[in-house]
Amino acid sequence: MRCASVLPMRAKRMLLIAALVVGLGACGGKGTLASSGSSSGGNVTGSAANVATTVVNAGPSGDVNTLFTSVTICAPGSTSNCQTIDNIEIDTGSSGLRILASVLTANLPIQTDSNGDSIAECTQFVSSYSWGPVALADVTIASETAASLPVQVIGDANFSTVPAACASTGTEEDTVQAFGANGILGIATEAQDCGAACATSSTSGFYYGCSSATNCLEIALGTASQLQNPVTYFATDNNGVIIELPSVAATGAESLTGALVFGIDTESNNASSGTATILPVQVGTGYLTVSLNGTFYDQSFLDTGSNGYYFTDASLTECTDTNAMGFYCPTSTTNFSAIVCGYDGSDSCTGAAHESISFSIGNADTLFSGNAAYTVFPSLGGSFPTGTTVDLGLPFFFGRNVYEAFENKSTSKGSGPYYAF
Amino acid sequence: MLSTRAGLNRRSAAALALGAAAFLLRVTPAEAALGAPYASIASDQTTFGASIKATPHDGYSVHELTLPSGTLVREYGAVNGTVFAVAWNGPAKPNLSQLLGRYFSDFLTAAKATPGGRNHLTLARSDLVIEAGGHMRAFFGRAYLAAAIPAGVSSDALR
Repeated sequence: MRCASVLPMRAKRMLLIAALVVGLGACGGKGTLASSGSSSGGNVTGSAANVATTVVNAGPSGDVNTLFTSVTICAPGSTSNCQTIDNIEIDTGSSGLRILASVLTANLPIQTDSNGDSIAECTQFVSSYSWGPVALADVTIASETAASLPVQVIGDANFSTVPAACASTGTEEDTVQAFGANGILGIATEAQDCGAACATSSTSGFYYGCSSATNCLEIALGTASQLQNPVTYFATDNNGVIIELPSVAATGAESLTGALVFGIDTESNNASSGTATILPVQVGTGYLTVSLNGTFYDQSFLDTGSNGYYFTDASLTECTDTNAMGFYCPTSTTNFSAIVCGYDGSDSCTGAAHESISFSIGNADTLFSGNAAYTVFPSLGGSFPTGTTVDLGLPFFFGRNVYEAFENKSTSKGSGPYYAF
Repeated sequence: MLSTRAGLNRRSAAALALGAAAFLLRVTPAEAALGAPYASIASDQTTFGASIKATPHDGYSVHELTLPSGTLVREYGAVNGTVFAVAWNGPAKPNLSQLLGRYFSDFLTAAKATPGGRNHLTLARSDLVIEAGGHMRAFFGRAYLAAAIPAGVSSDALR
């Protein structure tokens, strides 16, 4: 699931407080595993046909801890009706490529349903939605191509009437500024963005058939027509990805360059040999269990689209300054040890494959005030409301090579869906 | 807590007002669930096209609706009283305008005020608590009216 940005950088600059940078310790989300895992610690693979360059920076709307790449889209079969778009957020919490209409110049054909009606989607995020038609495109990332991939065009002026049922799911995010990116590359472990719920029910709230641009009714839509994790559409290197990011100084960094490697054990540059324990995630939900402070959080997940570590800890002070609302502001940087457990159907880690991790939560207000140009913060965290989740957001990926295998795909280490790091 | 958060988001207050206006134009409040009379659960069953299973407790009952999408909705109603809590968990969000009724606008306000709101949302007022989290394919959340919870019932049980 992706997670929105914090504040425009200019807001941070306006709130510059004396840059009293406290000693933040050495644990800012680094890759050193406390357990016997032998994973590499954020070594970034060099340029290759299956390697996309990624960057953490402010993006188009002043984000922090948000990972971007670029994609090239063409009308299916065309080599001229094409466009390369940057500032595409990489999100392991959703599936499918979505592009904001305002940055789209390529002319893409709209997909139609069995009635010949245009297909549109009300993309559901936890608190928001994005509305727009589903088009087909050839999508190239690095040198890998997903042919005739269903993609969503968000905020298309030709579909400006948002159905009431869609508006009843949350707030609207149909502009680059609201969305915080020119688009989103959803590479969740699940192949489709909705799956069986939308294939069997016409009231799941995702897909609509539009007889005109202003008359859209909810429809059931088969999984093949739904938005898909684009990597699963590649001809090769399609069983998973490796998300590689270097470690970051505790005080942060202006930007961070990494790699998104396609395939696991399919090329000489994506071997899993020597990597850590395979941690299966629950099919369909992507959940695994995190043990933290004596509690098992069984709706936990890894999510590049979250900009911090999000979990409930009453001992951590919440920020009160407008600069850092929603984040933790402990008086001193606080270190945590946790165990990430593969999903095994139990409410605990008993018997499950697991890895120990450690991370730190710093004072967000202090971090943001330290250098107004910084967009990368390894110890950023905040509260997660429901008490059932540890959301290991993008800082978790700093200093790590995280292997993500997709559902219904096999690797030499076993079948997906799983994570290993 | 929320009122302080509301002004802080990257979106402007003007956008907030516009969004609220658009909401009023688009959505006709149906039989509200949260805060509505106990009997409104029946209308939710029809609206959601759901199957229902009721479990009686001391002074209240839990109606579990299974939506066609597979998402579970639980509504907690005080007998001879109001629906004091709702919760959801599953692959698609329920129609939150229907489920939260008059409190849907509070959900929208909280959504705009929570950084990282795409994967979680918090509203913690003395009278109303709304919590939501998850990601695509796996959404969960709950909302309750603190003052309307029957004596002896813990908010922890409302999920």
